[in-house]
Amino acid sequence: MFPKGTKRKFTDGEEAAPGEAPGPTARALSSAYSLQRQSLLDMSLIKLQLCHMLVEPNLCRSVLIANTVRQIQEEMTQDGTWHIMTQALSQCPSDRLVASEVLCRQDPAMLSPKPVPSALERSLQEEGYQEEVVMEEDGPAAPGPPLDGAAYLGPFSSSWDEEEEAEEEEDSEESVSEPEEEPRTEQVFGTFEIKQPPADPALEELFSDVDPSYYDLDTVLMQSPKMGPYDLLESLSHSPALGSTNSCRSDLNELDHIMEIIVGS
Amino acid sequence: MVPSSAQKVFYLLIYFCVVSAEAGEKSSEMEWCFSQVKGAIDDEVAEADLISAVEFNYTGELLATGDKGGRIVIFQQNPENKSQPQCRAEYNVYSTFQSHEPEFDYLKSLEIEEKINKIRWLPKKNAAHFLLSTNDKTIKLWKISERNKRPEGYNLRNGPYKDFTSIASLQVPVFKPMDLMVEASPRRVFANAHKYHINSISVNSDNETYLSADDLRINLWHLEITGQSFNIVDIKPANMEDLTEVITAAEFHPNQCHTLVYGSSKGIIRLCDMRAAALCDKHAKIFEEPEDRNSRSFFSEIISSISDVKFSHSGRYMMTRDYLSVKIWDINMGTRPIETFQVNEYLRSNLCSLYDNDCIFDKFECCWSGNDRVVMTGSYNNFFRMFDRGFRRDVTLEASRENCKPQSVLKPCKVSIGFEISIDSVDCNKKILHTAWHPLDNIIAVATTNNLFIFQDKLK
Repeated sequence: MFPKGTKRKFTDGEEAAPGEAPGPTARALSSAYSLQRQSLLDMSLIKLQLCHMLVEPNLCRSVLIANTVRQIQEEMTQDGTWHIMTQALSQCPSDRLVASEVLCRQDPAMLSPKPVPSALERSLQEEGYQEEVVMEEDGPAAPGPPLDGAAYLGPFSSSWDEEEEAEEEEDSEESVSEPEEEPRTEQVFGTFEIKQPPADPALEELFSDVDPSYYDLDTVLMQSPKMGPYDLLESLSHSPALGSTNSCRSDLNELDHIMEIIVGS
Repeated sequence: MVPSSAQKVFYLLIYFCVVSAEAGEKSSEMEWCFSQVKGAIDDEVAEADLISAVEFNYTGELLATGDKGGRIVIFQQNPENKSQPQCRAEYNVYSTFQSHEPEFDYLKSLEIEEKINKIRWLPKKNAAHFLLSTNDKTIKLWKISERNKRPEGYNLRNGPYKDFTSIASLQVPVFKPMDLMVEASPRRVFANAHKYHINSISVNSDNETYLSADDLRINLWHLEITGQSFNIVDIKPANMEDLTEVITAAEFHPNQCHTLVYGSSKGIIRLCDMRAAALCDKHAKIFEEPEDRNSRSFFSEIISSISDVKFSHSGRYMMTRDYLSVKIWDINMGTRPIETFQVNEYLRSNLCSLYDNDCIFDKFECCWSGNDRVVMTGSYNNFFRMFDRGFRRDVTLEASRENCKPQSVLKPCKVSIGFEISIDSVDCNKKILHTAWHPLDNIIAVATTNNLFIFQDKLK
């Protein structure tokens, strides 16, 4: 189905015809290669996303896929195509991206320098929509593979990303510098072991009954994928236009439900 | 001067004699005969019957298999046939027991699979047999003992209770023979020491300790103590977001009780010496082959991930399995392997499809022959491959119910490498992940999805 996944050396195009501009073959090769690379990126992101939906993902597999994504990202950064993709991402309207009201709510926050959403809000966002991302393909009008990697990167990274400030800043900027990009896909493991959020009175009140030594925040936040991946896709297809309050309410309900289990009532 | 045909024959004979003299026992290629197949015949495979572990004990008399349903079945070599060369590989069911049950972690709301990941036998110390079996989180020590005598002649009870007033004289109960009963009882349960999934266990040569390895940590246990374990390797980064490498396999050295190795998802093997420090995060030796720049692709790291690591019986060499090859290392040299065998190079052109269907993450195991001269590993399409290190020869055989006539010799399969093999001809559902070689004889056990094949070599 796909040609060999061999890495074409960066200077191939120039070496091919010394003294001449790279011929159409080289250009065609290079676009075929980018297409292949793009679809590999898409495939990997989907795998990571599905992986993340499982209650207990296979760590080895996840690490390998994440490393592949990182590798592609590095290469695309070198080629300069990463920059183009992130630009496209920052310009595309948020209603085209699946994720939702979560991102929409962040929009005003994006404009202010270093926004810090409250811990409670953050935990709701993460719990509510780590998995809502992605499966829809409101493809961009621009030509490209059916699953546009660019469309995924934004919601994908924000859902994996604990430090959403960094990612929001990147989105709002037009030129993305390399060192800033590193944290984005680096944070794929944020949810595998989520650090304790900073002490927040609302959050503390919510969890006051629970003995912190037994309470592992990351596992609670990963509670939401109780339904399997297919159930989630179904629910997504049934309710394409989730109002912001609806999902917020469902998040709270989920949280309540989880609290019930933990507290044992 | 052109040698005459008679001379050619003469030289040829000399060549073969020399070769056989070098070889010692058998000069010609080993031929494998089918002996037995265990398991259901149906095409519909019950998920619980998937074989997930295969292991011979130290004498080869017992063969244990673990399955996805948490059961262990132990086969015993038929003692009557052991001395008959033609049917010495006859194994019959000795004991079956449920080793692990599915568990539910209430705190994390996670189900813990009962699938047996590894089985390791302990060296025999008394009449009973001991083995360690593990699932993702818990290791258990099982004692398998035989009972063929039963006390009879109780004064008050020999079947129904006797009324004590009816007893005129007392008798001493005696042991009388009974039908052989094999009992398996759990003697130790080593639990709650692993946050991540256990992928390996290995018994130390000191016969007192063993290690258990999960994705990020390796723990050292004492066989008698279940309440605590020592952490000897911890590669968990302070920030989980920095995680790029996990432990995939670990093993103790067969003779040196202070040496262990572990392989990682980056294709690196690290040797640790427990004498150097309590925490062996800093390796004593590293084994890593420099990357071949020419064949680098996005899948290079995934296919280099170590799926199994095994020391040779001598302890001098170490074998590693990655997705496409088997590598033999001299433990004194970490710069590159001393031998590399391509298992299924024809898959290299299909890596993208294998990544798509997740088969690229399959973990194949490998094993040494008793004399360390041949190594074996499995592949797709129910093929398994053997590499003869001495003769630099390799053979591909198929474990299939079609070659099931007793004593029928397996014909080597020819896998064409002249042209690219399409992914459609690779049956990824028929994979041989687990194989085992009898430690003292040329008898092998090969596990397909739910069947166990036993082959013996044809003695000439």
